[in-house]
Amino acid sequence: MTPAPSTGFDAKAFERFVATRGEPGWVVDLRRRSFDLYRQKLQEPLTPEEWKRVDLRPLQPNRFSPAADISTAAQFETLLENRASFAGVVSHVDGHCSAQKLDDRLAARGVLLGSLTELVREHREILEPHLLTRAVRPDADRFTAWHAAFWTGGTVLYVPRGVAIDEPLYSLIGLAKAGGADLSHTLVILEDGASATLLEETSSAATDTAGLHVGAVELLVGPGANLRYVQLQNWNSHTWHLARQAGVVERDGTLQWTLAGLGSRLSHIHQEVTLAGQGASAEVNGVTFATGRQLLSYYTQQTHKAPNTRSDLLYKDVLRDEARVVWRGMIRVDAEAQKTDGYQRNDSLLLSPDCRVDAIPGLEIEADDVRCTHGATAGRVDAEQIFYCMCRGLSRYEAMHMIVEGFFHGVYDRIAVEAVRETLSRAVERKLGIGR
Amino acid sequence: MSSVLKIEKLWVAIDDKQILKGVDLEVRQGEIHALMGPNGSGKSTLAYALMGHPKYEVTEGTISIDGVSLNELEPDARARMGLFLAFQYPVTIPGVKVADFLRHAVSNIRNPERKEGEGLLPMRDFRKELRSRMDELGIEQEFARRYLNDGFSGGEKKRMEILQLAMLRPRFAILDETDSGLDSDAVRFVSEAISRLSGPDMAIIIITHHERLLEINKPQQTHVMLAGRIVEHGDARLAHELHDQGYAGIRARHPDVAAEEEAQAVKNETHAVVKT
Ligand SMILES: Nc1ncnc2c1ncn2[C@@H]1O[C@H](COP(=O)(O)OP(=O)(O)OP(=O)(O)O)[C@@H](O)[C@H]1O
Ligand SMILES: [Mg+2]
Repeated sequence: MTPAPSTGFDAKAFERFVATRGEPGWVVDLRRRSFDLYRQKLQEPLTPEEWKRVDLRPLQPNRFSPAADISTAAQFETLLENRASFAGVVSHVDGHCSAQKLDDRLAARGVLLGSLTELVREHREILEPHLLTRAVRPDADRFTAWHAAFWTGGTVLYVPRGVAIDEPLYSLIGLAKAGGADLSHTLVILEDGASATLLEETSSAATDTAGLHVGAVELLVGPGANLRYVQLQNWNSHTWHLARQAGVVERDGTLQWTLAGLGSRLSHIHQEVTLAGQGASAEVNGVTFATGRQLLSYYTQQTHKAPNTRSDLLYKDVLRDEARVVWRGMIRVDAEAQKTDGYQRNDSLLLSPDCRVDAIPGLEIEADDVRCTHGATAGRVDAEQIFYCMCRGLSRYEAMHMIVEGFFHGVYDRIAVEAVRETLSRAVERKLGIGR
Repeated sequence: MSSVLKIEKLWVAIDDKQILKGVDLEVRQGEIHALMGPNGSGKSTLAYALMGHPKYEVTEGTISIDGVSLNELEPDARARMGLFLAFQYPVTIPGVKVADFLRHAVSNIRNPERKEGEGLLPMRDFRKELRSRMDELGIEQEFARRYLNDGFSGGEKKRMEILQLAMLRPRFAILDETDSGLDSDAVRFVSEAISRLSGPDMAIIIITHHERLLEINKPQQTHVMLAGRIVEHGDARLAHELHDQGYAGIRARHPDVAAEEEAQAVKNETHAVVKT
């Protein structure tokens, strides 16, 4: 057999990649351990429960590679960026940090906002205990190992003890080059009693370039801290989005997490919240709008490890054309997590005869004094509602759009940040084709 | 010149079951008509067919306004031509606020050429107008921000229909049992509102089993439906008589149609038995 050519993520590519980065030893070690895991995990089958409805066969990783340099000329049509004033901004294009800025007053109070690539050099003591150790572990599956070996950068937010940031912060993850791979890592660390809001979006510079995102998000919410995090996935329809996203909430901390899935060709997000300390609480909102031949898949897990914790998940999906949405939800309650209040629900609205949703909730409960409820509904647009709207002069499409907007309102109503509610509503309108 | 809504020899079927069997009716802008008839005689069917409900198939006959046929038009086009139906059973649209819904509706009806995404009525003007219409109908302002008919009581839904009527000011309004489910104060409010709204520019077809609406809004003509046909026409006195004495007299005067009604009822019953 002739040796295989060097591809996007093989051993040669890895060595080349590591050589270009000039990173401190602890980071290189982490990468090397992860690369070995990646090779090993590639030989193992994926968990069927999580992956059997997600067809990855058309994905050819060797068609993609992290860009060696930055496309400075790339322009992004963003949804969130101009909607609010931000206390700080970080942008990445093709894995490279292209812009960053933070309010001086916050910097003076010890807040860090910037790119992981830079911050690992200067702030080992802050990052090392959290990076790929507590929320997302390299050995979780082949994608986390892949990401941990090849991460290209990503937004880091660190808020020291007791610091409250009132204005939201913004993070853009952009892909510009055809065949570009983004393996960005979002890392948020909130110390005791800190609070912040981070709005992040993904965007492609062009509508027709293929791209790959193998990402990770780690949200570490310290005791009594309060984090609002939004990720709006808005890639073009030729981009693959594979991500492991995890939040860990300590004692009396709160996390409000909103995930919106609009773009991509195929997306699979493994989303996990862990209620790690007494009185911790998490609210998870999902807004998914799949059209064309998109497949948007979610595996969500709410893990209660401590007593008196609360988690509340609501996903709303709208599907059109031949799109497909998969949602597999799970609430896990450990034996010691008494008085847990867990809720999960997925509602889908199907706009066409050929779209399809698979929504499967699940519970695994080891404690005996808990309140956990789950549910999933799927329905088509009601012909009587359309008729009623049309009787009031709305065209058939306008009626359908009203009903879709109304359907999403159930989840918008839970989102505290007005700019996000507005952005989502506008993005949905745009995707519906209103006002073109 | 006042417009005319003309229904000629209208036959309507639902799922191949013939419900209306040749209805003729002519309504002129500015007139008030009462449409009465026992349960199941086809009053709502006529209302839906006029609006163009896709399940109600016109198998024969025409519906027209000033000679322009509506038969092939979608419900929204009919609404934009000035036809309005206050539903017997209003539909709930979760997540859609009354004010947003109405702003779209009003923008379309006042600007029939409007396409989706084009300008809506200016927010301030619209809000002001909505506020005063709500006050006139005794509807709390908070309803504007509530989701359309979501969790509304029966009576609140009916009032919401009249609010829409007041905002849309159609040329031809059909009120399908708007008075049912309203408490007596609400009936008065609604009756008075209708009488304020009616005038030379609006025709109203009132479908009702009661008399209260008709006391304030006295019909020039009353029509009686039986088994999918209009079997009698009269004036306000006919409505009064039916209310007092029921439909026995009508059935006696039209034994053939009454027999058909009977046969249909038996058939429906057998259907029901077979289904269970
Ligand atoms: N969607 C439908 N499918 C099947 N049959 C229907 C449907 N809608 C109406 N019908 C039948 O058509 C006939 C007329 O019904 P319609 O609702 O028009 O009566 P109505 O005069 O409005 O009665 P009511 O006074 O009770 O409101 C009834 O026999 C009814 O069962
Ligand atoms: Mg009826």
